[in-house]
Amino acid sequence: MIKAILIFNNHGKPRLSKFYEHYTEDTEQQIIRETFHLVSKRDENVCNFLEGGLLIGGSENKLIYRHYATLYFVFCVDSSESELGILDLIQVFVETLDKCFENVCELDLIFHMDKVHNILAEMVMGGMVLETNMSEISTQAEAHSKMEKSEAGIAGAPARAVSAVKNMNLPEMPKNINIGDISIKVPNLSSFK
Amino acid sequence: MPAPIRLRELIRTIRTARTQAEEREMIQKECAAIRSSFREEDNTYRCRNVAKLLYMHMLGYPAHFGQLECLKLIASQKFTDKRIGYLGAMLLLDERQDVHLLMTNCIKNDLNHSTQYVQGLSLCTLGCMGSSEMCRDLAGEVEKLLKTSNSYLRKKAALCAVHVIRKVPELMEMFLPATKNLLSEKNHGVLHTSVVLLTEMCERSPDMLSHFRKLVPQLVRILKNLIMSGYSPEHDVSGISDPFLQVRILRLLRILGKGDDDSSEAMNDILAQVATNTETSKNVGNAILYETVLTIMDIKSESGLRVLAINILGRFLLNNDKNIRYVALTSLLKTVQTDHNAVQRHRSTIVDCLKDLDVSIKRRAMELSFALVNGNNIRGMMKELLYFLDSCDPDFKADCASGIFLAAEKYAPSKRWHIDTIMRVLTTAGSYVRDDSVPNLIQLITNSVEMHAYTVQRLYKALLDDISQQPLVQVASWCIGEYGDLLVSGQCEEEEPIQVSEDEVLDVLEGLLVSNLSTPVTRAYSLTAIMKLSTRFSSVNRIKKVVSIYGSSIDVELQQRAVEYNALFKKYDHMRPALLERMPIMEKTASNGPTDIVQTNGETDSTILDTKHLPNITQPASQANDLLDLLGGNDVVPVIQTTVPTKPASAGGELLDLLGDLSLTGGPTPTPAPSVPMSQPSFLLDGLTSQPLFNDIAAVIPPMTAYNKNGLKIEFTFERSNPNPNIAVITIHATNSSEADMTEFVFQAAVPKTFQLQLLSPSSNVVPALNQGSVTQVIRVLNPQKQQLRMRIKLTYTHKGSPVQDLAEVNNFPPQSWQ
Repeated sequence: MIKAILIFNNHGKPRLSKFYEHYTEDTEQQIIRETFHLVSKRDENVCNFLEGGLLIGGSENKLIYRHYATLYFVFCVDSSESELGILDLIQVFVETLDKCFENVCELDLIFHMDKVHNILAEMVMGGMVLETNMSEISTQAEAHSKMEKSEAGIAGAPARAVSAVKNMNLPEMPKNINIGDISIKVPNLSSFK
Repeated sequence: MPAPIRLRELIRTIRTARTQAEEREMIQKECAAIRSSFREEDNTYRCRNVAKLLYMHMLGYPAHFGQLECLKLIASQKFTDKRIGYLGAMLLLDERQDVHLLMTNCIKNDLNHSTQYVQGLSLCTLGCMGSSEMCRDLAGEVEKLLKTSNSYLRKKAALCAVHVIRKVPELMEMFLPATKNLLSEKNHGVLHTSVVLLTEMCERSPDMLSHFRKLVPQLVRILKNLIMSGYSPEHDVSGISDPFLQVRILRLLRILGKGDDDSSEAMNDILAQVATNTETSKNVGNAILYETVLTIMDIKSESGLRVLAINILGRFLLNNDKNIRYVALTSLLKTVQTDHNAVQRHRSTIVDCLKDLDVSIKRRAMELSFALVNGNNIRGMMKELLYFLDSCDPDFKADCASGIFLAAEKYAPSKRWHIDTIMRVLTTAGSYVRDDSVPNLIQLITNSVEMHAYTVQRLYKALLDDISQQPLVQVASWCIGEYGDLLVSGQCEEEEPIQVSEDEVLDVLEGLLVSNLSTPVTRAYSLTAIMKLSTRFSSVNRIKKVVSIYGSSIDVELQQRAVEYNALFKKYDHMRPALLERMPIMEKTASNGPTDIVQTNGETDSTILDTKHLPNITQPASQANDLLDLLGGNDVVPVIQTTVPTKPASAGGELLDLLGDLSLTGGPTPTPAPSVPMSQPSFLLDGLTSQPLFNDIAAVIPPMTAYNKNGLKIEFTFERSNPNPNIAVITIHATNSSEADMTEFVFQAAVPKTFQLQLLSPSSNVVPALNQGSVTQVIRVLNPQKQQLRMRIKLTYTHKGSPVQDLAEVNNFPPQSWQ
């Protein structure tokens, strides 16, 4: 069973935190801090598995982490999960995010926290892996957002306008209208006599 | 009121904050705005506000005031609201708040909603944080959804069912019919979650396990299809089709095949196929192989398959990828119990892993190395382990040291090797060894009699080099104290004997006493060692000087010892040789006995008291008892095991009270008595049945019968304590000539005001019938004015079920007892 999924950046700021076991708010923050301390100390070329910190269950639970650019993705699991399998799961998760956000970066995660939660909810439910097929997950997530947009009403108008423009298939407009060269022919008027 | 800002705006604003305080301020402002908005019951913006609240919650700020709002969102009809509401419920709510029960009805309605996404949302929330009450109520709905044909819902329902089973195990039966055709699904998502559900059910109930065994062929077929089928772009991860499903199925097969021959039989082929066909260049392939290996080890597979599995693990160990090595070491640790020989083959690789840079790998390799040590490879392994001990992190040192001690104890090829190994550990990781290693080592040394000279020489040399490692110093000073004569005489067969003079040895020991690096315990050790050398060396004057200096030490422990040793020099010089003789070989269990009791006495060092009080067998009893009285018979006493049924643990506190406790006592004081030798064999005089001193005096004062009624006879026997003629020590013997035992026997005595009485604890409080035994108790009477001894005694006991009480006066004391 997966106990917690945490995403934080190189300075320890949480970008996503989902706990599948109940802890108080203080404990949750402490767990995030403790995990950050443990994980940030690790060298680049050591293995991706760690014993869990004291707060999250000590040596029975393992921390499996992957470091992508500025973010650490940490899954805290107990002994019933396969470590190598979870490593793959993290990879699948990141690739799914990439698919849904188009070249995902940290800013995407920051500003669309709820969307990330939704994608995660399609993948892991109640601490157990639900779906691992990337296209399936992204289709579902898109269907959700479509439903939301259809309900948004007036408040969603600007957003809908933007997405409408994005989807508009404008015919190829001439990009350069070069006015410089038009020679205006002055008509040669015949002279009066 | 202006519209509340969007989530995006909020995030942007918070990111501009430069300090924590600024961020907190912004968030508090926003929280206030959100709170007032909630109060206004504004439906349109509620979801925006809750979204912001969730963001702030993630950053660590309190967000509980949004819980009810989440409920309102869930109840709304709009999908957007529901989505944020359910997300908020999952993040903010849990079983411990009563609010969550209000969700039950909403979830129930949503489980039957027309839109599948809404149903999905509610299943998700229920599966994440449903409490047992909620699960009980909604299990029926979940079960219905488990049978639906919609694969999106089916897989969610399966995982939700797992959660329900975890919360309310009794409902497992309910989901059984729905599982019938779960495995015939084509959709991998549903397959995956169904396998999870089946796994959970099998793990929880052995009945389910036997029921699902018949699914093994089906599972094997699915696995086969996965492997054999060509490229399927949907589920492909790095070239392998749906590895997650493969891994899950393998795990379920493991559970089903464990202990069952038929199922294991059915699986053998497919396991061999997976093991040989899977590509190992990527992590994915290795994940599957790892799972396969674990399965092979757990089920009753044929031996060829097992060898294949261990070889795969061996290959993993040589892999460059750290993760794979880690995983291999973990699984080898699990299998080393069952397939010891097979794992031995990879021993050299494992030992190489000790030198890896990665901390996790080093730890695993260390544990595995200890598991692999046996009589044959002990020398080689120990060399590697000692090298590892030298260079490893401090976190490892304690574990490694204890592991080495254990291994050395079990498999040491020779005593000399054993001692060498322990010495090496002490010199390299001395400060990290556990406390009990010092007495263990001492016990080991005393037992290897022929090695004494060699040991003490090596320890002496180690001491010359370095006195900072306390356990080493303690052991060394103890040994020098015991075997100093061997050291000085320069007889050592094993090694080049070194020339050491008595003064040099004393210099070293005195150096320990004054050094800042020595702990108080170490100082106590060295003082005692110096004292012991007084009988082994000839230069007694120097030792006397040292001992008398420490008589005024600030450290109470040292001071007490020094004072006592001083007294030994002055008044009891004739006892000294006997007292400080060589220690006998300690039995491991016996030495634990008195040392336990002694330690509860507040003494920190067991061996010190051992030196003083453990039987030096030829010691005459008189001297021993004199010593006891000299010290007031107090803290020295507890070593003497009385068979009195007083709890040894209580010895500690009350003993020290004994110092002041010489007043009139009405009842038996629960303090261990320095029992007079003839009544019980005391530990001090173990094996010594020869005349205690007091017998002589006892012969002088005749015993008397103090009370004889109803079958109960109480006899007084007298001893006069030598140094203080005013104290008469009376031992009462109570015997019972009736047919029934007298239980709860309590003897109390009172004396006139001019006397002082001390009643020590009785040997027991049951006087067995028909004179089969007696209860003895010691009374000490201080009679400074030499008046005639008179006593009033009160007896209470239970005889034949009824309590009996009696008072009597004892006047017929023989004159010698009080003159």
